[in-house]
Amino acid sequence: MTRQMTGAKMVVQALKDQGVDVVFGYPGGAVLPIYDEVFQQNDIRHVLVRHEQGAVHAAEGYARSTGKPGVALVTSGPGATNAVTGLTDALMDSIPIIVLSGQVPTFMIGTDAFQEADTVGITRPCTKHNWLVSDTKNLADTMHQAFHVATSGRPGPVLVDLPKDVQFASAEYVPPQKAKTDHYQPQVKGDMAEIMELVEALEVAERPIFYTGGGVINSGPAASQLLRELVEASGVPITSTLMGLGAYPANGKHWLGMLGMHGLYEANMAMHGCDLMINIGARFDDRITGRLDAFSPDSKKAHIDIDPSSINKVIKTDIPIIGDIGHVLEDVLKVWKSRGRKVNREGLQKWWAQIEEWRKVDCLSFKQTGKTIKPQYALQRLEELTKEHDRYICTEVGQHQMWAAQYLGFNDPNRWMTSGGLGTMGYGFPASIGVQMAHPDSLVINVAGEASWLMNMQEMGTAVQYRLPVKQFILNNERLGMVRQWQELLHGERYSSSWSEALPDFVKLAEAFGAKGILCEDAADLDDAIMEMLNYDGPVIFDCLVEKHENCFPMIPSGEPHNNMLLGEASTKDAIKEGGAVLV
Amino acid sequence: MSALQIKKGSSKHSAYNLRPNFSDVTETHTLAVKVDNEPGVLARVIGLFSGRGYNIDSLTVAEVDHTGHTSRITIVTTGTPQVIEQIKAQLGRIVPVHEVHDLTVEGRAVERELALIKVEGEGEKRVEALRLADIFRANVVDSTLGSFVFEITGTPDKIEAFAELMRPLGLLEIARTGVAALSRGT
Repeated sequence: MTRQMTGAKMVVQALKDQGVDVVFGYPGGAVLPIYDEVFQQNDIRHVLVRHEQGAVHAAEGYARSTGKPGVALVTSGPGATNAVTGLTDALMDSIPIIVLSGQVPTFMIGTDAFQEADTVGITRPCTKHNWLVSDTKNLADTMHQAFHVATSGRPGPVLVDLPKDVQFASAEYVPPQKAKTDHYQPQVKGDMAEIMELVEALEVAERPIFYTGGGVINSGPAASQLLRELVEASGVPITSTLMGLGAYPANGKHWLGMLGMHGLYEANMAMHGCDLMINIGARFDDRITGRLDAFSPDSKKAHIDIDPSSINKVIKTDIPIIGDIGHVLEDVLKVWKSRGRKVNREGLQKWWAQIEEWRKVDCLSFKQTGKTIKPQYALQRLEELTKEHDRYICTEVGQHQMWAAQYLGFNDPNRWMTSGGLGTMGYGFPASIGVQMAHPDSLVINVAGEASWLMNMQEMGTAVQYRLPVKQFILNNERLGMVRQWQELLHGERYSSSWSEALPDFVKLAEAFGAKGILCEDAADLDDAIMEMLNYDGPVIFDCLVEKHENCFPMIPSGEPHNNMLLGEASTKDAIKEGGAVLV
Repeated sequence: MSALQIKKGSSKHSAYNLRPNFSDVTETHTLAVKVDNEPGVLARVIGLFSGRGYNIDSLTVAEVDHTGHTSRITIVTTGTPQVIEQIKAQLGRIVPVHEVHDLTVEGRAVERELALIKVEGEGEKRVEALRLADIFRANVVDSTLGSFVFEITGTPDKIEAFAELMRPLGLLEIARTGVAALSRGT
């Protein structure tokens, strides 16, 4: 049966056939035919954002919290250029999203038409792949390819640019089963010889450690299950990057906490001192490695990654395994079990004893005294009062993000949405909208700093319009906290442009949008205020005034190795060497 | 908490000494990349090289299979072994890229480049230019009373050598195609 339809209808049909239930978008001249089709159906909900960046981050939040691809729909020109930050964010964090952009009609491309931009040119370096559809007969096939590419192999953002005349013209619709996808089939099974080598190394290692990342979460819930099984059965300690939190539960007994620049003392020390490092779906990011020539000097390094370009990019790997985490872990477990589940018990016992010593440093300790709320205390109370909830956490970027990673516990994958690679301030609020759309009955909290939050505060309109009860938990220090911290440590306490002088009254701001605002400035009121936020059925802006000059510790200063961390009460004098000042 | 006392001007210190101890010997490799001949595919390849700071010594591209619409891109690039490995892996990530071959490590390969070289001159110099062209097996493809255009094929080194010899004899212009390469044998 052939089905003739217009390009605009094809777009909507393809979305339905791909199982899409929500699209985040903003209309404009070049996408009006698609919006007309969206209007005439009820299967796909459209969420009108207030800025295209918000649409893309919302799609990211949707994707991260569900494991399904997120979809954003924007118009040509400014609509597409506003999507660039979100696309880059998704590329850095390997988030599967599909952005559909309108384009001027094909016969006007290249004439500097109204709202024309070279969208595929602009987004080429910030997408996994993109397409300009120049003929309606290719449209449906391209749409299906876009979903395939976004979700296969290492996931990432894709963009389909749709000229307006292509949306109006008619052609035959190609269903997903008939779309051309064979040309892009990344390898998912790991090489058995390498897997054998990894198992052999695991059996004899005295000081092994699992270092896991977002790849475990991207691989799907089965990968997290297999990881848990492997960790529990082997008794090997595990740490994770910011991206990988929740793959192994924070309440699991082998959990060391997050590693990296603001990671836990025991996690970083264990990374430095291990003799076998098993990297599972992480990419040796510079926030993790610190100084490269002093990075875990005495360890054999295994690296499991679906992207061959991640192997040997910055750190030389002894045992490279290219494949999907779920598939590889399944094989690792199979081989390890069949060889008798061997580990070096004696070595591991000593290793854990050493780790317990490091734990005694109690690197996250802080003193909450008096009225002024310590940001750490605010998060500790938030954790205490919400940990039993069906809870999703988003964050913005900065100190609050690191504190959230340190003080909140994630026991399941897909519960933690944060901008890791790109570090996009303004990510969290729209992301929380995407998460709440996907999980209408769950508690969705965006832990924010006031500066980040203001970057996409227009999305309050979206939250109120769609009655999304997202909780904006703002740790307000009236500073760009992380910038201020670096200026304190590295730039002679010259606080150049790192504080906000004209902040809004957040309670009134909430009310102006028709939402609820809560101000909390006394530690004694914090619990009640948090409960008030949780009990309110609707969006809340929680303005939590916190200690203004609190620093985020532990911290591996730029240019230092893992075993040289700054701790909370320690002096920061001479912590960062001169060379470190040039690093970001 | 005391602030750090960083010396003035310290930020000009280089971070490059923090790079890992990968080999820093650079090598030249010839890569053959099979791609779908679709709009923007060359921009993707070039964008990868410029975006990640890799070198392109030479790049040629043409459609080689008109029914399957595939093109072959031949890239000559220079870098440390680790960078060369990265380049190949990064090329492999591009969706319309089907195959990446490193002709330099996959066995012996034939490399050829074509150049058109215009030489202006009269009398002795003109005769000498023709004589040298004969030695290099360069053909005359255009000739006036005062100039020749030579067509020469060979390795980049041979073309360099010929051009150097033509320089004192009145070299005016050179157009080069860049390297095309195929592995030897089957």
